[in-house]
Amino acid sequence: MLRLSRPNGAFGRSPFSRPWSIVIDGKVLGSISPRESIDVPVDSGPHDLQLRSRSYLKSPKLAFDAAPGRVSAVSCRARGRQPFVVQRTVATLIASVFSHEIWITLDHVEDDDTAAAPIQSPGGTSATSVATRRSTGSFSTQLAGMPRSPRRDGAEHEAALVVEGLTKHFGARTAFADVSFEVDYGEVFGFLGPNGAGKTTTVRTLGTLIAPTSGSATVAGIPLTPENGVEIRQRISIMPEAPGLYLRLTVTENLEYFAGLYGLSHSAPRINDALEAVNLLDRADDLCGGLSKGLRQRVGLARTLLSDPKVMFLDEPTSGLDPVAALEVHNLIIGLRGRGVTIFLTTHRLDEAEKLCDRVAILNTTLRTVGRPNELREQLFKSALVVKTLTPLADPAGLFTGISGVESWFADDAASYVVTVSDPRTVAPSVTRGLVGAGADVLSIGEAHHSLEDVYLELIDEDVEARRP
Amino acid sequence: MTNFDIGRVSAVVRKELRDYRRKRSIVVTMAVLPAIFLIEPILAIFVAPALGTQSALARYVLVPMLYMLLIPVIIPATLAAYSIAGEREQGTLEPLLTTPIRQQEFILGKATAVMIPSVFLSYAVFALFLLATWLFANPAVSSAVFHQGPILLALVLFAPLLAGWAVVVGMAVSVRASEIRVAQQLGTLGSFPPLGVIVLLAVGVVHPTFPVALEFAAGLLISDLLIFRGVSAMFDRERLVTGVKAGS
Repeated sequence: MLRLSRPNGAFGRSPFSRPWSIVIDGKVLGSISPRESIDVPVDSGPHDLQLRSRSYLKSPKLAFDAAPGRVSAVSCRARGRQPFVVQRTVATLIASVFSHEIWITLDHVEDDDTAAAPIQSPGGTSATSVATRRSTGSFSTQLAGMPRSPRRDGAEHEAALVVEGLTKHFGARTAFADVSFEVDYGEVFGFLGPNGAGKTTTVRTLGTLIAPTSGSATVAGIPLTPENGVEIRQRISIMPEAPGLYLRLTVTENLEYFAGLYGLSHSAPRINDALEAVNLLDRADDLCGGLSKGLRQRVGLARTLLSDPKVMFLDEPTSGLDPVAALEVHNLIIGLRGRGVTIFLTTHRLDEAEKLCDRVAILNTTLRTVGRPNELREQLFKSALVVKTLTPLADPAGLFTGISGVESWFADDAASYVVTVSDPRTVAPSVTRGLVGAGADVLSIGEAHHSLEDVYLELIDEDVEARRP
Repeated sequence: MTNFDIGRVSAVVRKELRDYRRKRSIVVTMAVLPAIFLIEPILAIFVAPALGTQSALARYVLVPMLYMLLIPVIIPATLAAYSIAGEREQGTLEPLLTTPIRQQEFILGKATAVMIPSVFLSYAVFALFLLATWLFANPAVSSAVFHQGPILLALVLFAPLLAGWAVVVGMAVSVRASEIRVAQQLGTLGSFPPLGVIVLLAVGVVHPTFPVALEFAAGLLISDLLIFRGVSAMFDRERLVTGVKAGS
């Protein structure tokens, strides 16, 4: 038995929330609505799963969580890809008359009632992670459904940001392409990527400074269209990489100006609150030109707080700051998170993202992945043990492959081995016994740890390799 | 201009005036330029030759009086060119564009902030000139000046209209210019065409009468409004932020 579940639709009562028919190996097994689960009686082995919908399912964004050990491989195909708005609209219209279909081949390797394979709705948090596991020595590819962001109050609510297939070209140059994700209210969402990946352009696009070439988005509940620019900007605030303060004006005068632009009457209490939030009350009358870079960054943060925004975009807020100033900004963001402010944080500092963000997305022109940092690590890297011995093992292949639960291994160094295992807690004792039995002088056995940096480098390296001729 | 918010316009004006006061180069420019354009006409009036007829005197005082109309052209051209290119150079433009301000509000606020000191200084110079003429000039010359009704009306009406032209042209250049220096040079150049009206009056091609002054003022007003609309259309957030026009 395999359980398929479909998370909440991202489009409310739109066509995307209609039920999808589920067909396995040619047999119609029923339909599934958002937030429903269905148990599918299937044997081990490959199966064809077909989803039929009267709405256009954007196949590349259809993520399928392969529960480890239950579904080993998933591949997905659908009728062509329609990258442009007009084509997607036409496809949606056609789908509303003729059912749109997506075929998924899954290799179900183990029957288990508890196996859960969430199907992500087309507009949901649904990046496709194509993971290459170099550390285990084996290469496999899977589509991994990323979990939705945590709903802190457990209640259902509108998302702060819904981005669907957003693309921006500057002439022949692509700034970012086909970006889709969703951010919930109260979430700190990290947007990572190397320089030139399109992070700032994405922020500018969502902030209505730049018009997207194609795709759609909803920002703070308002559809991203040129006509809605003022209303969207009223609900959000953006702190660009450079705070952009008027250096000949005092801190208070800078904030007064922006309070006026946001149409805030009686702004003095708001300004006081904002300055208090960033611990700058005592510098309120200082000229901004006399402040250090870190303090200016704080004034920039205070400015973004003035309008009590529903979504706050912080574009590399610690760029160019020394560690102490960066730490201060981190603490401020943690404080804002504690107050339930929704923050969209772009950064290329992975420690910052790991420390501050509930979820992260990695962008390198296209979105490479979205998820919680620890889940990304788990999805990208298999569990592994690192075994160090005093001298190289005489027959490591014979030793490791004979142990139950060991999937693969490779020598990391002369007397160091990385052993990929299904579950480190259960396999580690067997590995230890095997090593002792083989007379090895064991120095250490430990679980391999991967940081968000490993995830990032893994994905970005793939891009670099893919671009090599 | 639906939902036009005057509060946002006045926020821009207040901030701009505050910023001008604290920028030394602007303060010096605003102090020196009017003084230069005041000295020459006053000297011309004081050293006026003994001309026989009233009409000869009237023709003589015409040029120094019209000369003062350079003030509402030169001062705003300098300030307006700085208004947007300066913001971009300082990195303050992007945070500003992320606020709910509309382009018409932004441009009107910037233009008003430039107009206020320009028109104030122009009128102050006119008043000082008239005061000096009334107090110290030869009575015949003084009488000739105060009997130039159409020219006095032209000074009052043309000052804000010429300043308006210079402001919007300066801002149009400022939107596109990559640096302040380029914006100031091109903005000053672009502010001169309406001075053709002044030249026509000064060289006697057009005889200064009240209807002529009013007609020229109406023409300048229409030109100002048209060019203001043009600048509003040129104000493209994407171009201002990225240097590339939206949709390209």
